Amino acid sequence: MTQNLISINKLSKTYSNGLQALKDVSLDIKKGEIIAMLGPNGAGKTTLISIICGIVTPSSGEVNVDGFDIIKNYRETRSKIGLVPQELTLENFETVFNNVSYTRGLYGKAPNAQYVEKILKDLYLWDKKDDILRQLSGGMKRRVLIAKALSHEPSILFLDEPTAGVDVELRKDMWKVVERLRENGVTIILTTHYIEEAEAIADRVAVINHGEIIVVDQKKDLLSKMGRKKLRIDLHEKAEVIPESLMKYDLELSNNKLSITYSYDTQKQRTGITNLLQDLRDQGLKLKDLKTEESTLEKIFVTLVKENNDN
Amino acid sequence: MIINYYGFRAIYLHEMDRFRRTLLQSLISPVLSTSLYFIVFGSVIGNYVQNIDGISYGSYIVPGLIMLTLLTQAISNTSFGIFFPKFNGSLYEILAAPISTFEMVLAFVGAGATKTLVIGVVILLTSNFFVEVSILHPLLMIFLLVLVAITFALFGFLIGLLSSNFEQMSIIPTLVITPMVFLGGSLYSLDMLPPFWQTVTYFNPVVYLINGLRFAFYGSSDFNIWISIGSMIFFLVACISVVAYVLKKGYTIKS
Repeated sequence: MTQNLISINKLSKTYSNGLQALKDVSLDIKKGEIIAMLGPNGAGKTTLISIICGIVTPSSGEVNVDGFDIIKNYRETRSKIGLVPQELTLENFETVFNNVSYTRGLYGKAPNAQYVEKILKDLYLWDKKDDILRQLSGGMKRRVLIAKALSHEPSILFLDEPTAGVDVELRKDMWKVVERLRENGVTIILTTHYIEEAEAIADRVAVINHGEIIVVDQKKDLLSKMGRKKLRIDLHEKAEVIPESLMKYDLELSNNKLSITYSYDTQKQRTGITNLLQDLRDQGLKLKDLKTEESTLEKIFVTLVKENNDN
Repeated sequence: MIINYYGFRAIYLHEMDRFRRTLLQSLISPVLSTSLYFIVFGSVIGNYVQNIDGISYGSYIVPGLIMLTLLTQAISNTSFGIFFPKFNGSLYEILAAPISTFEMVLAFVGAGATKTLVIGVVILLTSNFFVEVSILHPLLMIFLLVLVAITFALFGFLIGLLSSNFEQMSIIPTLVITPMVFLGGSLYSLDMLPPFWQTVTYFNPVVYLINGLRFAFYGSSDFNIWISIGSMIFFLVACISVVAYVLKKGYTIKS
């Protein structure tokens, strides 16, 4: 059995203005995994991360990191955690090298110029080491935040919207960094608005809405359990209406009347495709082309949040 | 990890580095303004004022001017030190670090007090260029300077913690501390005031600080030295209590 590195048990947070940001959240995070937390703005993702890191005090519940309580044993838990915050919050007038070294010191580590050099080189920041932070571009600042979070060699890394506002190239670079960290055994908790990002790098996905975790599952399982496939059938000639005998398939006719879409569940023993094609032929509809399309994580996410909001 | 020595060191050196980066503002500016006080009050006006307690007027105002600089610098350095990371958001990394509240306060206040003492020593040296300065009780002077630097650095830390904008941060040093120093006998002896205003002045705590330092310099004071030391320790304990309460509540820095 894989060991739980982080255990969150019935965690709640109500801010002084009455906003209930988290409601009895429970979640176990395993050592070495990458878990993506998805949710709309204000869902409670950042509050959850902030509590685990020690920035926000929980109203109730408990969190253990590697067996240590985050409040009673805060020195043990915090020294294991690196945090990349959502905002570009940096001291503007310091050099990159000094600022990364400063964070290393804050986390109780002795100065180590070689280690800081290695991180800066890994993140393509070495040539900027003497630059003043305010002179850097947004993307470079984002890299500095990652370098700072890694400066004390954490075994857990929280990435709160790490690629917000960065270009595609830099985003892909960051994914490579995350992959290298995973290879080194670092557990990564990621919040993101880019579902594509979660789809690309996460092992597990948790969906948060209104302060509650509504789904948590392996990404592959989520895709296969909740994912539906669509079969698009292009016709040679326009079909003005769906024939009565085909109503049982719940087909969608396109606006130009030249294609029909059939949704089916891949988990079912019978998808109904063979019968559908037979019935189409019986109705005299001539087929031009067939295409299948799989649900993305984004579609699943949107569906889950919508269902949760409706409830 | 029982204590986070490297965390304390990181904050302390980080704050001292800010002092180095802003040397012109941090050091040259108070030296220049104090020099102007000596030129105007010590040399020009001082020539028309008779000796006070047997001390020339120029020399008499040295402890008051050092105290003025010490108080304003201790407050502004430390209040800025904690306010700036709060303002730009980088305070998150201190809150998320395995460092205790006590270690954090000690680092900020220690750096603020160090900067203040450096400035105090420079002011003392500067005053030697303008007037004759003798120090009758050097150990007492060092003790008082260190006590005042720590106490008001802590007070500055409190102001920085409670302020939510730059205006609030400058209100107390500008509207409270500076008038209290000027009205606290920094440039005159309380005997020179009418009886009513003498009584009013007894409610100004800065009077006791200035007189304490003046006693260390010249052995002359309007009060017993223990009243001065006692009032400073009382203010230090009050600052420690309020800072501890505010940090425990997480006010303005932790939700």
